[in-house]
Amino acid sequence: MTVSARYRLAVLSRIVAAVLGGYVFATSVAILLSRAIPLPRAESALTGQLLGFVLYACAVVWAFAAKRAQWAWGGLLIVSLACGAVAWLIGMPVP
Amino acid sequence: MKDAFRQSMSWLHTWTGVVVGAVLFFIFLTGTISYFDAEIDRWMQPERPLHAARGSVEDSLALAVRRLEKVAPHAGEWEIELPAARGTGLSIAYEDTEEQLDAITGEPVHYRSTGGGEALYRMHYQLHYLAPRIACWIVGICAMFMFVSLVTGVIIHKRIFRDFFTFRPGKGQRSWLDAHNTLGIIALPFHLMITYSGLIFFAQTYMPLVMTASYGSGEGSQQTFFDELYGRQPRTLPAGETAPLRPFRQILEQVALHWNPQDARYVRIQYPGDANARILLGRAPTEPSGSVERLLFDGVSGQLLMAEQPTRSAVGATRDVLFGLHRGNFAGPVLRGLYFLSGLMGTAMIATGMVMWARRRNADHASAGTTSTGVGVVERLNVATIAGLPIAIAAYFWANRIIPAALDARAQWEINSLFIAWALMLLHAHVRPRSRIWLEQLTIAAVLYLLLPVLNAFTTQRHLGVTLLEGEWALAAIDLMFLAVGLAFAGTAIKVHRTMQSAGRAGTTLDDSSFAEVRTS
Repeated sequence: MTVSARYRLAVLSRIVAAVLGGYVFATSVAILLSRAIPLPRAESALTGQLLGFVLYACAVVWAFAAKRAQWAWGGLLIVSLACGAVAWLIGMPVP
Repeated sequence: MKDAFRQSMSWLHTWTGVVVGAVLFFIFLTGTISYFDAEIDRWMQPERPLHAARGSVEDSLALAVRRLEKVAPHAGEWEIELPAARGTGLSIAYEDTEEQLDAITGEPVHYRSTGGGEALYRMHYQLHYLAPRIACWIVGICAMFMFVSLVTGVIIHKRIFRDFFTFRPGKGQRSWLDAHNTLGIIALPFHLMITYSGLIFFAQTYMPLVMTASYGSGEGSQQTFFDELYGRQPRTLPAGETAPLRPFRQILEQVALHWNPQDARYVRIQYPGDANARILLGRAPTEPSGSVERLLFDGVSGQLLMAEQPTRSAVGATRDVLFGLHRGNFAGPVLRGLYFLSGLMGTAMIATGMVMWARRRNADHASAGTTSTGVGVVERLNVATIAGLPIAIAAYFWANRIIPAALDARAQWEINSLFIAWALMLLHAHVRPRSRIWLEQLTIAAVLYLLLPVLNAFTTQRHLGVTLLEGEWALAAIDLMFLAVGLAFAGTAIKVHRTMQSAGRAGTTLDDSSFAEVRTS
C-alpha cells in the first residue's frame, strides 16, 4: 500500500482546515449569533458560546466530508467571512 | 457517495481517538473515580471518627466563626463548609489556609494531610505538574477530539439499535468492536453530556472572542458578562469602617423563608468585621440546576440582598443544568453509582478503541508480511495506559497508608507516588518482551488491588472487620471495590495466561481476544 505525496498533502490540508478553519468558522458564526439574536446581550452571547463547540464539531466533519480539500477550505472561509461581515455591520450591542 | 462519506467519517473517528486516547483515558478514569471524592477523602484520613458527628447548622457556624475570628480576624474573606450527608466534616478556609474542625468542640483536628479524592478530581481537568492554563488547554483540545470522535462514531453506525444487543465474545477483532460499540451506545447520552459540558466549563478560555464581541476586551468585561447573566449586583467594596457581624441566628431565620436552613452547604463571608460585610449562603443541590440557589445577606444589618433563582433565562438554565449534570452533586447514592458506572463505560470505550486500533494494524502488517515499530510503540503505550494507570492509582492509595503521617509534604508525595508508579509501568512496557507485558501488568494490578484491604487492616482501625460490623458502608464499599477491581484484573490475567499457553502450543502468535470481557466487566 503506497500512498502518494499528493494524497498526504490533501489530508494535511484538511486537518489544518478542520483545526484552524473550523475554529475561525465556529467563532465567527458564534459571534454573529451573539450579536444577532434579539435577547439581552448576556443571553445572546452565552447562546453563541454554547453553540460554538457544536459548530466547531460540524466544521470538522465538513472539512473531512467535502469532496475536495479546496471545497473544505472554501466552504469554511466563505461562511466565516460572511458571518464576520454581518456581525461587524451589526456592531457591538449597547448595554 | 454515501459510502465515501461514511468512510471518511470512519477515518476521522479512528484518528481523533488514537491521537489523544491515552490522555482521554486518564481524564475519564480520574474523573469517574472522583464521583466518590468525599468517600475517598474519608478513606484516606482513617483518623476521622467512624460516625461523623453533626451539630446543627447554627452551632457549626458559631464554632467556625469563633475559630476564624481567632486565627484570621483580618482576612478579606472567610469560607465555611458545613458537615454534609456524605460524611464531609466542618472546615474553614481563609486566604490560602484550610482547616478541618471538630464538629462538636470547634477545635482544629489533626488528621494526616492527604491528596484525597480531591487530588484525583483536580487531576481530571488540571492534570498535574503543569501550569493550570496549559493543562486547561491540553484537556480542552482532547475534549474537543473526544467530542468529534463521539459525533463521527454515531455517524458511522449503521444499526445503532441492533448493536445495543450485540456482543459476540471470543471472536477476536469482532468481539472488540462489539464491546466498543455496546459501551459507546449504552452510555452515549452520558458520554455526550460529559464531554460537551466539560468544554463549556472553560468556554471562556477556549472561545474568548464570542464574549469579547459583545463586551469588549477591557478589564472587568468578563465580570460584567456574568453579573448580567445571573442578575448579580456588582461586587461591593469594603467600607473601611469596622462593624460587628450579625449573629447567624437572625440570618438563618430569614433563610428559613426560602429553604430549610439545615440544607446549607457552605457559607462565604466577605469583608468580615467591615461595615460592608456580605454573607453568602449556598444550599446542597437536590437537582441538576440547584447549585445556584444562593442567598446573599448584608452581614451587618442582616438584610436579604439577593436570592438567586435556578432559572432565569432559558440559555442560562441550560448552562446551569449542564454544569450540574457534569458535577453530579445533586445525585443520591444510587444515581451516584450510575454516574460511576457510566464513567467506567466511557473509560472502557476509550480503552477498547485504543486496543482495537493496534490489533487491526498488527493484522494488516501480518498479512502484508511487514513489521512496524510505530504499532509496537502504540501497543506498549496501550498497556502502560490501560493497565498502568490503574496500577498508578493503586500506588496512590498504597502511599496513603505507607508514608508516615507526620512527613512533610506527604500529600504531595502521595501524588508523586502515583506518577512514579506510572512512569515505572511505562518503562516496564518498553523493556519487557511485547508478548508478556499485558500479563505482567495485569498481574501487578491484581496483586496491588487485592492486597489494599489487607494493607488497610494492618495499618488502620478502619478496615473491613470494623467498617462492615459498624455498618459504615461508605468506607466498606471502597475496600470492597478494591477487591472487586483486583479480582477483575486477576481474572483477566488468568485468561490471558491461558490464551498464551494455547497459542504457544499451537505455535501461533498471541491472540489477545480475551481482553474484550475485561473492559466490559
